[in-house]
Parts: sequence; structure tokens; C-alpha cells
Amino acid sequence: MSDILSTAGKPEVVAGIIVLALNAYVLMGGADYGGGVWDLFASGPRRDAQRELIANTIAPIWEANHVWLIVVVVMLFTGFPAAFATVGIVMHVPLTLMLLGIVLRGSSFVFRSYGSQTGPSRRWWGTTFAIASVITPVLLGDVIGAITSGAVGFASNRISTASFASVYIEPWLAAFPLSVGAFALALFAFLAAVYLAHAAHDAELQEDFRKRALVMASAVLVTATVAMLLSSSAAPRVMEGVMFSGWGILIHVATGTSAVTAIVMLWKRNYAIARYAAAAQVSCIVWGWAFSQYPYVIPTTLTIHDSAAPEITLDLLLTGLGVGALVLIPSLWYLFRTFTARRRLTR
Amino acid sequence: MSDLLAARTQMALSLGFHIIFAEIGIAMPLLMVLAEWRWRRTNDEVYLHLAKRWAKGTAILFAIGAVSGTVLSFELGLLWPGFMGFAGPIIGIPFSLEGFAFFTEAIFLGIYLYGWERISARAHLAAGLIVAASGAASAIFVVMVNAWMNTPTGLTQSHGTLTGVDPISGMLNPSSFQQCIHMVLAAYAATGLAVAGLHAGILVWKRPSAFHKHALTLALLVGAPAAVLQPISGDVSARVVALWQPIKLAALEGQFETERGAPLRIGGLPNVDEGRTRGAIEIPHGLSLLAYHEFNSEVRGLASFPRALWPPVAVVHVAFQVMVALGSMMALVGLWSLVVLWRQHTTANSRRLLIALAIVTPFGFIATEAGWTVTEVGRQPWVIQGILKTSDAVTPMPGLVVPMTLFAVLYAVLAAIVVVLMRGLVRETQ
Repeated sequence: MSDILSTAGKPEVVAGIIVLALNAYVLMGGADYGGGVWDLFASGPRRDAQRELIANTIAPIWEANHVWLIVVVVMLFTGFPAAFATVGIVMHVPLTLMLLGIVLRGSSFVFRSYGSQTGPSRRWWGTTFAIASVITPVLLGDVIGAITSGAVGFASNRISTASFASVYIEPWLAAFPLSVGAFALALFAFLAAVYLAHAAHDAELQEDFRKRALVMASAVLVTATVAMLLSSSAAPRVMEGVMFSGWGILIHVATGTSAVTAIVMLWKRNYAIARYAAAAQVSCIVWGWAFSQYPYVIPTTLTIHDSAAPEITLDLLLTGLGVGALVLIPSLWYLFRTFTARRRLTR
Repeated sequence: MSDLLAARTQMALSLGFHIIFAEIGIAMPLLMVLAEWRWRRTNDEVYLHLAKRWAKGTAILFAIGAVSGTVLSFELGLLWPGFMGFAGPIIGIPFSLEGFAFFTEAIFLGIYLYGWERISARAHLAAGLIVAASGAASAIFVVMVNAWMNTPTGLTQSHGTLTGVDPISGMLNPSSFQQCIHMVLAAYAATGLAVAGLHAGILVWKRPSAFHKHALTLALLVGAPAAVLQPISGDVSARVVALWQPIKLAALEGQFETERGAPLRIGGLPNVDEGRTRGAIEIPHGLSLLAYHEFNSEVRGLASFPRALWPPVAVVHVAFQVMVALGSMMALVGLWSLVVLWRQHTTANSRRLLIALAIVTPFGFIATEAGWTVTEVGRQPWVIQGILKTSDAVTPMPGLVVPMTLFAVLYAVLAAIVVVLMRGLVRETQ
């Protein structure tokens, strides 16, 4: 980490802000996808109540949460246009599938909320919403895994020479990227279960989501272990960075501490703290991944410095982000305060 | 179908789909805020009912706009990596600003839709106003990018790579101002008159009610002035095109030969092999007058440009004719509505006007698609006028007809569902 700090210039700052936006997307948008997962696996006597809680929790905020992804994409092509172009070419297939998932998830959610409230169409939208909520995070994780493994960078150098499959399919349809996809899904479902346990008013509903959160905590552990084991051959840089470097150990300790805190607090039914611990755990994972990629945007072909936009663009982007944050942060605070406050205005 | 054509078709479908929802997302919030404001001023419950109805429609259409916009942000890289790798440092800045405007819009729309009983009356109205303003701001930033593709400024390059960029100058390119005005007016005119037309139709052919009368008046207050102003903005647009993209002007007017005192052609079909436009009504000196405001000014014809740089002339010309014809009718009906509104304080008693309004319901959206075709197809073969060819920007991935088909099916299904849902919403009010 010390070498990052000593050489950090504007490109590193922009890259850091992109990771921050991705982190926000994972904590907010990711949890909304996780909500869809629990809609799919709604079960038991309180099945409908579970679905209703999920819908009511997501409805006012999912569109704002979703914008974080657009912010990530736009900052990526502004700050690192060559990296964006490379990902666009090599990851065409999984990204297209992910887009289908995004469109189906969002549109089926509003169709279910605003369409006919009875009859088969409502169930049909519910199913589409839930299935798209499962598939999309897997593809998002898969794309990140493929980039991290170096397969995207490798394929981008062979676009005109290698076969279709080895450039456009094999980089993402491989064990390691798919394991990262499963890991992302587990993380999102875990976050959602913890948030929902906190949001539920009813003690029985709280128990439903507490159980789900605890199950998912172990699923996170299992998928993380699988991804780690696979990374030793598929993505040795990650393995090396996360396991053996100084900052890697630091992040490991932080991740472990917050994971244990989250589980203990879930066990003790202290959902307010469990929520923050789970968010901290997931954030540590996002940053651990980001640092393992350093100094590359696309390992191992495009570094942050090589692919950064001209300085004037970075200056304007950072200025815009500063001004934008002044508007955005109070607005987001207001949004969440409005919909988490238990009190209602009486009219 | 070639990969390039498949990529262009997919992009055209995506933009053509998104632009409708984007327009509605700009104008509907204004309508719902107006209705709520009237309710709070008059205590007339009909206005509250109207505001909630419109808010419900906005919620559905905004969500579709948001997800289809996400598709576009990715498609820039999936289909046009050559364009993004080259132009990202310039167009990224207006796109970033658009990102913030859109973020603000999404946040306050959530607050508006679900906050009726959670925040004060004043805060709720303010949230709606913020949604309306940030929607318009989003449109302006996105259209700045398109304007830059038409008249790129703020860059120096050698051999296909940028050597210097100035994103601010890029944003303030010669087409920006007029294109932004034209797009925002289009959003208000198309959406306002479409909503007015729906309610006018119900007033004429179904049961008239205070609900529909109020709705009609408010929708006209947004749509009619915009429709009346749009031809003026169109005139300015055409003059900027004449100055900066003479080949696009020649294509959209079907002007093959360079000519002093060129006529304005209404209708007709350009034939590129014969080098003339057949079947048009020609108004002598009309084009010279409109394009340069001088009777005998010279208009460059397509023949003065290399054939390889011609856009598809017939498509551009016909699209332009459609846009101008529909826009003119909207302006006339808009003006008529404003006169009646001024005199009678309502348009609900003039049956003929109501029928005219019902007829123009879809015109704005068709004109928008036509106008978008003019600006995009009229710029071909360039993606950035004079700098980067569309064929050099496309992804090297083969088989693009597959994603194109996928998205075509997806958009067709979504459009059908939205129409069914909207019909349901309108029916509930009768």
C-alpha cells in the first residue's frame, strides 16, 4: 500500500473513486439484487409477508441505488477510455447477458408493483424479477473475475489472431470467474438478508431473515474459499496480493473481524450493528480486490497510468465529482432518512 | 446483415426506444408537479387524484427509461469501443454531469413517489420540481455529446489518436445550444400534446369529467407553448447544419446540385443514381432563404462531395419531411389550443379542437424518432463528423446480429407491456 500512496497521482485518485462508487453500488444496488434472491426463495408460512417486506424496502430506493453502476461505467470510460474499450470488446457476451438481466429485473419489478395486482401476470413478473436478480450478480462477479484473472487483458492482445471462443468466450466461461460470480451472489444475498432482518418490524419475519443471513454467511465463506483456491492457478496475482503482501494481511484482518462481528451480532439479534458489520465486511472485500489489481486496470496489459485520460479530463472529472458530491450526499442522506425513519407524518 | 449494420441497428433500436421514455421522463414530472401545485392551491381533490395518476404513470415509464439508459451506457463500449477509446476523455465529462443529474432525478423521484405521507407539503412539491429540473438537465448533457459528434471541437489529433483535448470547448460546440433547446422543447411538446390528446379523446368519445378537463388544460400548458416554439428552434437548427454540416443539409433537403437561389422541396423522393429528387413540391428560393436568410445564397449540393461521404440520402430526406410535417401540425394545433385557452379558459368545449388534439397524440413521438434519424443517419458515414468513421469505431466481435435480435425482441416485448399497462391506467380513470 505504501508504494500506492507514494506514487498516487490523479489517475490513482480517479481509480480510487471508481472503486468507491463500485463499493456503494455493491452495498446498495447489490443488496437490492439480494432482495430479489430472497423473493425467489421466499418460503414457509410467512412467504407472502417476506415478499412484501422485500418489495416495500426496495421500491423507493432501487432506482437511485442502480445509478451507482452507471456512475462506475461513466467514470471508467471518462478516466480510462482504453480499459473501457477493452472490456467492451472482450466481455461483450457476459455484459450483454448482464444487461438483459438488469432490464428484466427493473422492468418486471415495476410491472409487478404497478400492473394488475391479481392473476397470473403478477406471479409471472415476480418470477422474472427473482430469476433476473439471481443471474445479474453472477454475471457482474464473473466479469470482474475475468478481468482480475488477466484473461481479458490476454485475450485483448489476440483479438485478430485467436479463435472466437478463445477471445470472446473462454475468458469468462471459466472456473475462476464463475466462482467470483457465485461469491458475488452470496455476498449480495447475505447483505440483503441482514438489511431485511433489520428492516422487518415483525419478530417472526426478523427470524426468517436472521436464519437466511446466517446460512448466507457460511455460503460467503465457502464461495470465498473456492474462489481463493482457484485463484492460485487462475489469478496468481490476486492470490499473492491478498495472501502475502502487507496490506493484504491488513485487509484480511479487517474482513475477518467484521465478518465475525456480523455473525455474532446476528446471533445476538443486534441487527443494527450486524448491518454495519456486514457492510464493512463486504467493503473490505471490494477494496481487497481493488488493491490486488494495482497498478493495473486490466491485468496485465493496461496500468492505471498507461490508460488514464489526459490530465485536463481528470481535473474536470474530479472537479465535477466534488461539486456533484455536494449535491448527491445530502440528497442520498435525505432519501434514506425519509424511508428508514419509523415515524410517519400524520395528515 | 453485416456486423456494422447489425451494430448500427442495435444502437438505433436502443436509442429509439430510450428516447421516448427519456422525453416522458423530462415532461411528466412537470405535469405531476403542476397538478399537485394546483391541488394545494385550490384544494380541489380532482387535482390530487390527477397528480397521483400521473405520478404512477411516471414511475413505470421512468423505470423503463432508467434501465434502457443503462443499456445504452454499456452499449457505447460493447458496440463502439473504437469511438469510446478515442472520444471518452471529451464526452466523458458531459456524460459524468448527466450521471449526477440522473442520480438527483432518481433520488427525488423515489422521495416524490413514496413520500406523500412522509415529508411536508412544501418538501414534497420541491422534490417534484427537482425531478423535473434534473430530468431536463440530463437531457441537455446527453444532447451535448450528440452535438459534439455532429460538430466536434476541443480536440487536436494526429493519426487517429488524441494529442490534446478540451472537454469544455467540446461541450460548447457550435451545435450544442440549438440541439439542446430543440430536444428539450421536443420532450415537452411530444409528451404534453400526447397527454392532452389522450384526455381530449376521452372527453370527445367517452365520458367527459372534471378530471379529464383539468388534465387537458395542464397538459396543454406544458405541450402547446413548446410545440409553437419548436419551428423557430428548428429554423435555427437548420441554419447551424447549413453552416457546419453542409452535406447533411444537402441530404435532408434532397439537394444534389450546388445552386444559387435553391428551392425548398416539400415531399419527394431523392434518387441517388439519377442525382435528383423526384415528386417534390418546389418553392423557389425557399431553401436559400431558410438556410442563409438570403434570397440568392448558394446552397452546396451533394455532387460537390465525394460519393463515399454521402449519407443515405433518401432516408434522411424522408425522415426530415416527416419531422417537419408533424412538427408543423403540432405547432398549428398548439397555437389553436392556446388561443381557445386564452379566450375560454378551457378547451373542453371546442369539439373540433378536441378531435384535432386527439389526432396529433402520437405525432410528437413520431417526429422525435424522425428527427433523431435525421441527425444520426445524416451524419453517416461518420460517427464523429470528419474525424472518425462509424466503420472504424465498431467492435471487432463477429456475430453482432445475435445481440441485435435479442434486444429487438426485448424492446418489442417491453413496449407491448408498457402500452397494455398505460391503457389500464387510462381506463381506470374513465
